[in-house]
Amino acid sequence: MEGFRALNMPRGATAMSEAVYDLHMFVLTICVVIGIVVFGALAYSIAFHRKSRGVTPARFSHSTAVEVVWTIVPFLILVVMAVPAVRTLLAVEDTSGAEMTVKVTGYQWFWEYEYLDGEAEGIAFYSVLDEASDRARRLGSETDPREVEHYLRDVDQPLVLPTDTRIRFLLTANDVIHSWWVPEFGWKKDTIPGFINEAWTEIGEPGVYRGACAELCGRDHAFMPVVVVAKPPDEFRRWVAARHDTADGETSVAGR
Amino acid sequence: MSSVATHPDHGAHAAAKPRGFLRRWVLTTSHKDIGTLYLLFSLAMFFIGGAMAMVIRAELFQPGMDFVDPYFFNQMTTVHGLVMVFGAVMPAFVGLANWMVPLQIGAPDMALPRMNNWSFWLLPAAFSMMLVTFFLPGGAPAAGWTMYPPLVLQTGMAFPFLIFAVHIAGISSIMGAINIIATILNLRAPGMGLLKMPLFVWTWLVTAFLLIAVIPVLAGAITMLLTDQYFGTSFFSAAGGGDPVLYQHIFWFFGHPEVYILILPAFGIVSTILPAFARKPLFGYTSMVYAVASIAFLSFIVWGHHMFTVGMPTAGTLFFMFATMLIAVPTGVKVFNWLATLWRGALTFETPMLFALAFVVLFTIGGLSGIMLAIAPVDFQYHDTYFVVAHFHYVLVSGSIFAIMAAVYFWLPKWTGVMYSERLGKLHFWTSVVAMNLVFFPQHFLGLAGMPRRIADYPVEFMEWNMVSSVGAFAYGAAQLIFVWTVIQCMRGRGKPAPAKPWEGAEGLEWTVPSPAPHHTFHEPPKVV
Repeated sequence: MEGFRALNMPRGATAMSEAVYDLHMFVLTICVVIGIVVFGALAYSIAFHRKSRGVTPARFSHSTAVEVVWTIVPFLILVVMAVPAVRTLLAVEDTSGAEMTVKVTGYQWFWEYEYLDGEAEGIAFYSVLDEASDRARRLGSETDPREVEHYLRDVDQPLVLPTDTRIRFLLTANDVIHSWWVPEFGWKKDTIPGFINEAWTEIGEPGVYRGACAELCGRDHAFMPVVVVAKPPDEFRRWVAARHDTADGETSVAGR
Repeated sequence: MSSVATHPDHGAHAAAKPRGFLRRWVLTTSHKDIGTLYLLFSLAMFFIGGAMAMVIRAELFQPGMDFVDPYFFNQMTTVHGLVMVFGAVMPAFVGLANWMVPLQIGAPDMALPRMNNWSFWLLPAAFSMMLVTFFLPGGAPAAGWTMYPPLVLQTGMAFPFLIFAVHIAGISSIMGAINIIATILNLRAPGMGLLKMPLFVWTWLVTAFLLIAVIPVLAGAITMLLTDQYFGTSFFSAAGGGDPVLYQHIFWFFGHPEVYILILPAFGIVSTILPAFARKPLFGYTSMVYAVASIAFLSFIVWGHHMFTVGMPTAGTLFFMFATMLIAVPTGVKVFNWLATLWRGALTFETPMLFALAFVVLFTIGGLSGIMLAIAPVDFQYHDTYFVVAHFHYVLVSGSIFAIMAAVYFWLPKWTGVMYSERLGKLHFWTSVVAMNLVFFPQHFLGLAGMPRRIADYPVEFMEWNMVSSVGAFAYGAAQLIFVWTVIQCMRGRGKPAPAKPWEGAEGLEWTVPSPAPHHTFHEPPKVV
């Protein structure tokens, strides 16, 4: 029954995702108000302007004044929505000033992450659906997905990122178009073979953030989750050091 | 049957129906018979596409793969979309145009009756070709109805079948559109100026121009797919200097006008039915016409809003966002005009009116979520989620399909000469409207909570609303059987005989001919004052 509470967009973990959430709620509220006015007028008509109440129909069929009003008022409402929309859009699109860059590559059907600069430079690995989910999701599997913790929400190696750091993503794909999405970051971006897209985030809170591939990419489109573990910068540094020590990062790419 | 012949000499022509299945139906050039063929074809496709929706909803009832392989699931979503768009909704509107445009403008038939026959009979060919792919090695197309490369190029043997099926359906649409334009521009009864035409005729005129403008664009896009696949071109492959996103630009240059092709005739239907049951003239006829024309124009410059996440330049994103938001203005004008039409009318609630009223409410919900989707920075969240699925099903199911249902109930007495069962019609309406909302309203929640569209399986937290949605879908599917039964009863002539004008407040030339409409009508053009 828990699931009935999945009703709205998450506020997310970044200043950007909160701006997006606020904009979403602002636009949603305006739409709900418009809906209430329109449906209220309709309900009034249905309730009171019915033949069974013995009314005689009016004959009016136009009114220039009214028509001008209901052309201009919606336009003004749109302007009210457009102003914060433009502000938020410009913030989302501004990928400058990055302190660190991560390359994301989509494959059928898993992700590859490469740390392109800074102390983590050279770390690269694939991120594949975890084994428990992978067993449970098979047709005819004996395991009930409800028994699997984080069913279709977990990977073998999550992307590890530092908090409070402006991170730039370079996104591309190796075969078909995918789309890299973590709802808590407030955006998704298509990964397109042969082209590189840019996006950015700055995570405020340490934690595990789960997302998915959002662009139909073939048979196992549903089975390539995105998992990001956000650690405070010093913990992230320790993770990087450990990763370099085992040299696992570099070899796992070659091993695939 | 009914004998309320307002034009006495038409009775004589009624006997001139060609006999034998071949001559009556296969070789027919009668707009009425071709209209019937289109509508029956559309109904069949509605059930085939609907059956695929049932498979989708059964698989999504709970997490885990329960019935089908994920690849087969993708075939279901893909072919469901193609069948519903090109096989069910478009042919239904063309069928309604065939039946009603000549009757509404006082023409004896369509302007190009032989081409009319040909454009219908291409459709069974196109869809046989599309559906036969289920039996080919590799199965049916599975890359989504939008056929994005490079994924679509991984389609197996079904690939050329898919391309040619869409080509043939497109040729059929173009010929249908040419015919409708030629009919409307040349065969109107004397006195019927353009601004005297019924709104259904107006919306179809605009729709037909949209079809002629954009179907060739689609044809170009999918031909480029074909040459990329078989002839070594690389329009859409970066490895050869092409760009996969180019396909999306071309496809949506077709695709956005296409969604108005799927809704403008519905606007015309609702603008016909609301005044009839409100017993009051349509409010703002002229502004309705201009609104339709503005929507049609704007539809050509908003395609980028389907692609906000592909990484367009910021200036492009801003342009497409503003242009898309502008569409709310003429669409709002239409909704307000419908409200003003009902205002202080004398409303009754027969089945066509119920469907038309539900259209106004539910289409508006789809329109409002459309405004939300237009806002690019929040669309980065909504895009490719169930929020979008909910949005376009609100405009297509409770929009286009409810309008088609309204039209069928409204004109069925004219087509068959008998009244449908009002009791069954209302049962069909109430089950449909409740079920439709059960299916699609929770999908808004799922999308916002983070469920991507087109996935065969989902994390456990999305289970509850998916169960609600699936239960609604099965109920919606079952409710349509009531519709089929009601229509069959009318086609068999079971029911109260219908007078020439069964609806008190209805207006238009179609109600001046007897019910059922004789095989030949308006041999001599009526006078329109």
